[in-house]
Amino acid sequence: MLKVNEISLPPIGDEQVKLLERLSNACAVSGDEGEVRKIVMEEIRPHADEVKVDALGNVLATRGGSGERPLRVMLAAHMDEVGLMITSDEGEGIYRFESVGGTSATDLSGKVMWVGKEHIPGVIGLKPIHLLDPAESKRQFTIDSLRLDIGPATGRVKIGDRAAFATTFIQQGPSLRGKALDNRLGVATLIELVKHASPHIELQAAFTVQEEIGLRGARVAAFSFNPDMAIILDSTPAYDLPTWDIDENVRYNTRLGAGPAIYVADSGTLYDPRLVRYMVEIAEGHGIPYQIRQPGGGGTDAGSIHKQRVGVPSISVSVPGRYHHSPAAIVRLSDWQHTMDLVATALFLLTSEVLADER
Amino acid sequence: MTEILPFLKELISAPGISGYESGVRPLIEKAWEPITDKLSVSRLGNLYGFQAGTAPEPRPSILVAAHMDAIGLMVNAIIDGFLRITTVGGIDVRVLPGQMVIVHGRQDLPGMIVPTPARLLPSSVQDIAVQLDYLLVDVGLPPQDVAALVRIGDPITFAQPPIETAGETLVGHTLDDRAAVAALTYCLEMLHNRPHIWDVWAVATVQEEITYGGGLTSAFQLHPSLAVSIDVTFANSPGSPSHLSFPLGKGITLEWGPNTHPILYKALKELAERLEIPFSLEPIPVASGTDTYAMQVVAEGIPNIVIGIPLRYMHTPAEMVAIKDIARAGRLATEFISQLDEKFMEQLIWED
Repeated sequence: MLKVNEISLPPIGDEQVKLLERLSNACAVSGDEGEVRKIVMEEIRPHADEVKVDALGNVLATRGGSGERPLRVMLAAHMDEVGLMITSDEGEGIYRFESVGGTSATDLSGKVMWVGKEHIPGVIGLKPIHLLDPAESKRQFTIDSLRLDIGPATGRVKIGDRAAFATTFIQQGPSLRGKALDNRLGVATLIELVKHASPHIELQAAFTVQEEIGLRGARVAAFSFNPDMAIILDSTPAYDLPTWDIDENVRYNTRLGAGPAIYVADSGTLYDPRLVRYMVEIAEGHGIPYQIRQPGGGGTDAGSIHKQRVGVPSISVSVPGRYHHSPAAIVRLSDWQHTMDLVATALFLLTSEVLADER
Repeated sequence: MTEILPFLKELISAPGISGYESGVRPLIEKAWEPITDKLSVSRLGNLYGFQAGTAPEPRPSILVAAHMDAIGLMVNAIIDGFLRITTVGGIDVRVLPGQMVIVHGRQDLPGMIVPTPARLLPSSVQDIAVQLDYLLVDVGLPPQDVAALVRIGDPITFAQPPIETAGETLVGHTLDDRAAVAALTYCLEMLHNRPHIWDVWAVATVQEEITYGGGLTSAFQLHPSLAVSIDVTFANSPGSPSHLSFPLGKGITLEWGPNTHPILYKALKELAERLEIPFSLEPIPVASGTDTYAMQVVAEGIPNIVIGIPLRYMHTPAEMVAIKDIARAGRLATEFISQLDEKFMEQLIWED
């Protein structure tokens, strides 16, 4: 096994954090990923052998490996984020909307949103507390009961426009806070991996669309690439908060600061044990902190990739993050660096040997 | 002349929850210093700005109040680096999850209010609205750093940045009642260049949201002949009862009810009509939730009125106000003060 200092690992410094900031502040609600796609294209075009945008809007890039038949490794990261779509114009700058990809009424209430390509600000306002009756204040909001208000003016927002949380990225001590870090972290990681590709494999990078509404982009991307195996880069929830009664939290899913989360099973995928074992060995062999994501629930693009064609051995690796799908997530810079280290090292040392034994 | 919009954006970007107004007061002092004859700060922290009238002494005086304090939160427990919170002022807890805040600890820390994940809550609260007991603030720091920087009782303010929205409106937190501070400042600027017979006391009051302490003590200390408070009122908005709210950007309100002196109301109403400043009568059948409620019963009693600025989504971190209405409130106050004559108090009789 090679030593870690013989592998050139993509660094995470100011430049990478700046890129993540641009990606996080961009809006790409499922089905309308153009703003992020543009950044991705700009970043990877000089480095990839071939780049194309497919029928659904996925960015598919390849960077070749040496040898006769290099191992084709698909890396997938979804570009889309949760948000909402404007569905009705009630006049005077007031609009109705529907959720896209799991934004809840609780997340939306009292928040400022960016609408459309111009990021026109609007607020999802609440009835003043002074005018609530006590029973009303105990009820949960429903999307139906909320409205978006861009101010008393007409014409700037259209039915069909998407809106995302108006959250500006910040760095706070060892943490990063921003919207859509699920999954701009994966996107930023994959951009770096294209820039610093392993020479031994054929890298098939898929920046996918519509993950949040049914893993739809990844499905066709995996068909096009027809890979030997796939690694999915995402960000998984960390529920490492105090429990209501300050009892031991045994349902944390993942924890911030504990390193990349390696998946064993989630609601869509039973991961390939050979790849789970390989990732764990790489982490332990190179002193990279890692954690096994608590099995069950959630899911990644692996859910559609691993069942494509005759099947694709798959593994997901995530940066743990708190509060996904809300106005902002909080993640640790160190977890991102260790995720990059783990995946880059794994790719550098990867050979077809890893799949030699039957599953 | 200070432009209302940039000044207001600056005002709402300064902290100052009730009882902790020292974050915003210097900004108001800076704006008032060149346009007042003297400035002082009271024992409870009210800011008094004085403009002398031209009548021979003893002159009648008018107090115009706008409260500078804000609703907000406070740290009430620290658990594994997370903060549990309590509210300062009336806040619909359901607006809190996902809001950005600043925790004013040994240094200012950006934080985010987050709900305890459903999987870590008792099953009895799974299907009801979020409760304050289960909300936390995450400042993104390890527990040992939080322990060093944050103490129980530290104030927490909202961090929603000011956002300019369509139709010359502004969205942000604490527009209740910094919008009125901006209106009062606008009024002082105009009065500074105009003769007025009466003395004018501009007061940026403290603690309105909790105790009315600023209103009570300033009215006692300054003992004005008349008092006007400028405060926000409910603007028409989705879900709000239309009979209790007023159009946004279409004019101010004048409160009418037991806290309003009827002759004072009549004088302002007739003046607004003459100046073509659009306004609505705002019926307040029992108690005005403003400094006026307190000031009316100070000492032997003070004739009062409230000028209202319509505001959407009151007491949330994303309130919305129309700049035009702020200017209208400031202008009406200015015109009223500059036309007050030495005999005005004699007109304040009960026409029974």
